[in-house]
Amino acid sequence: MDLWSHSKRSSARGLVVFAALLAVLLMSAPGRAETITAVMHSGLRVLDPIITTAHIVRNHGYMIYDTLLGTDAEGKIQPQMAEKWAVSPDGKTYTFTLRSGLKWHDGPPVKAEDCIASIKRFCEQDKMGQVLMTMVADVKAVNDRTFQVILKEPTEVILTALSKPSGLAAFIMPKRVAETPSTTPIKEYIGSGPFKFVTAEFKPGIKAVYEKNKDYVPRSEPASGSAGGKVVHVDRVEWVTMPDHMTTINALLAGEIDYTEWVQFDLLPMVEGKKDIQVRVIEKQGFQTMYRFNHLYPPFNNKLIRQAAMYAVRQEDVLKALVGNPKYYKTCGAVFGCGTPFESSAGADMVVPSNPEKAMELLKQAKYDGTPVVVLHATDVSTIASNPVVITAALRKVGFTVDLQSMDWMTLVGRRASMEPPAKGGWNLFSTNWLINEIMDPLRAATVSANGKRAWFGWPEVKQIEDLKMKFARTSNPAEQKKLAEEVQKVVIEEGVMVPLGQFYVPSAYRSSLTGVLDSPVPYFWNVKKSGK
Amino acid sequence: MLAYIARRLLATVPVMGMVAAIVFAILRLTPGDPAAIIAGDAATPAQLELIRRHMGLDQPIHVQFLLWLGQLVRGDLGLSLISNVPVMGMIADRIGPSLALGLSTIVFTVIIAIPLGVIAAWRRGTLVDRAVMAFSVFGFSVPVFVTGYLLIFFFAIGLGWFPVQGYKPLAGGFWPFYQRLILPTLALSTIYVALIARITRTSILDVMDEDYIRTARAKGVKESTVFMRHALRNAAVPIATIVGIGMAMLISGVVVTESVFNIPGLGRLVVEAVLARDYPVIQGLILLFSLIYILINLAVDILYTVFDPRIRY
Repeated sequence: MDLWSHSKRSSARGLVVFAALLAVLLMSAPGRAETITAVMHSGLRVLDPIITTAHIVRNHGYMIYDTLLGTDAEGKIQPQMAEKWAVSPDGKTYTFTLRSGLKWHDGPPVKAEDCIASIKRFCEQDKMGQVLMTMVADVKAVNDRTFQVILKEPTEVILTALSKPSGLAAFIMPKRVAETPSTTPIKEYIGSGPFKFVTAEFKPGIKAVYEKNKDYVPRSEPASGSAGGKVVHVDRVEWVTMPDHMTTINALLAGEIDYTEWVQFDLLPMVEGKKDIQVRVIEKQGFQTMYRFNHLYPPFNNKLIRQAAMYAVRQEDVLKALVGNPKYYKTCGAVFGCGTPFESSAGADMVVPSNPEKAMELLKQAKYDGTPVVVLHATDVSTIASNPVVITAALRKVGFTVDLQSMDWMTLVGRRASMEPPAKGGWNLFSTNWLINEIMDPLRAATVSANGKRAWFGWPEVKQIEDLKMKFARTSNPAEQKKLAEEVQKVVIEEGVMVPLGQFYVPSAYRSSLTGVLDSPVPYFWNVKKSGK
Repeated sequence: MLAYIARRLLATVPVMGMVAAIVFAILRLTPGDPAAIIAGDAATPAQLELIRRHMGLDQPIHVQFLLWLGQLVRGDLGLSLISNVPVMGMIADRIGPSLALGLSTIVFTVIIAIPLGVIAAWRRGTLVDRAVMAFSVFGFSVPVFVTGYLLIFFFAIGLGWFPVQGYKPLAGGFWPFYQRLILPTLALSTIYVALIARITRTSILDVMDEDYIRTARAKGVKESTVFMRHALRNAAVPIATIVGIGMAMLISGVVVTESVFNIPGLGRLVVEAVLARDYPVIQGLILLFSLIYILINLAVDILYTVFDPRIRY
């Protein structure tokens, strides 16, 4: 009996302790308004859309900031915060006039000086912006709503740079925020865009909350891409991070979330054909999957050996392993993407099909001595995990010695920045993906940079490419631009600066209760209605 | 006893110091670059270098270590390199869900596992015993994420009894809070129920051959009293040990469970911080986990004296 009594007393004490501990967990819970709950492709942790090109931060930028110019669904440049712009007859002075009624989330009006500071910060970080700044003589405010960009020579790069929706987008911030050095993260998240960021509810990597900006004055045109009227139809948008794709799909099926930005290809059968769920590719241009050689060290410091590797790999094999379902991929030898203004098939026969005999012949001609090729393999990102494995198999088949080194993506991004020899922590080949919109012309594509140690990882040095890029920047003639882009592509493939592996399309899924989801390279939440309101 | 506890608590200081030094060194030897996650895929080496400088990662390792130690002494775990918010705040935000899931799992495990072990020992060799042991093997063998997905499939998607995922704080009401913990608790506790039921059975069977059990039976004491008063109490020391180990193991268990059920706890924070090479967050969390291990071990040692008065420190 004693033991039972003791046991009961212990249980009672345990319950009291348990209840007390649960009480410690008391936290405030926000009330729910008309809310879209969305699971984005990754968690939001960084809040400065100029310091990073990470897509999740760009998406965040579009929620709370606005841009001077936008790009519509057809890819045409349109005014957004700008009411209009004018170009001087000599093509050297661009005058931008802001719309009236633009206000920061904390009240004051948006002024020309805010735009100037924001554009300067953007140009320090953005590749196209850096090219632009080499051509800019002065940027000055004319009055509170008007400012001018005075160029040393005529170029339309200014419009492309300020309107492009991805890579870095030229978000306009208050002057005091935009004056933060471009390598230091901003600490204040005040925009003038259609949503306000709810700082108090931000949990890095877990949840980001946006409220409708009731003071936002949208344009009168219909929404199209990043242009047109950004009309918000809901009170709140909550981005919830879910680390597990299966859980995301289950939550969507159960109606616990409204929208998921990416559906993993192997989970598509769970949502396709369900009457309550819409599955759609919103980003119509898709992604380019590609790889790049390290030009600094053997064996890929030899052009013939780079070409041998290019002949060895068959795009269809890479895409089958990566995507599987042909509905969501296509082979494409265009360096600037298929379906874009600068699509070209120049040199595609070296990168789309494989030609093992030619590859072996080139290896023989180059006197390849069996130097191991260190291939970096990130195993934790499903959209790039298979590429290195397929590439390795193809290279081995033609006679390369390959050292496939598996790691997580973060190790890879640290490792690929190393200019050390492959045997001392360097590398020879890595693969990644790009949104087509980020590589669709020679100026915005980091993948074709070829200015040696200042170039993107791989550090090729091909002066001809850099010269062609500057010529491209200086012309406004579309036919001439097309010709120059094609020349760039020829040299890029000939020199093995980068190797396109094809194009794929990532489907989004959302509850049928959502309507008005726009086609765009960026998932926008304006124009979206939730039924039942 | 109080002197013993004070000695043990004092001993945690050098242990934590060693943990801090080892964790710091291991992290700096691990490849990866937090500047790369900030800068994104298109960053050039020059941009990465500028961001590293801003983060202070360009300084010699011993300088970085001393700066961090200085912060620790002031009770400051520093700022996250990625999200730029205090690590202490991040831990405070995430500890609630993990604590809730951990407590729920421990309570459920103890309530289910010990009676199961007692019954299996009591009915040794019978079908009941074999069923409990079969469940035990099953519980050990099936990974937590598989149990989690199966529970979601049947009880959340199929029957619609529980939400698929998420966490609601207790302030929103007890049922919304606990409703979201039931499936994760079941998934996470399976392995611990299996472990503790098995150990309970073995421990009781070990003492059943002791003289005092035979004496109790010879005195005509009821079999249930023999089990509960004589056998279970004397088997309690190994059971307490395994419960303590189980609680420590929970720290690793919650990592998977929190991901499958989308619970924003410390387990997920560890994974996120490791993948992003967010050094101050990883360092802060490992220090916290080490402290929890030490305190659980101390609590178990103290419990020994309750269960077995012969044990003195």
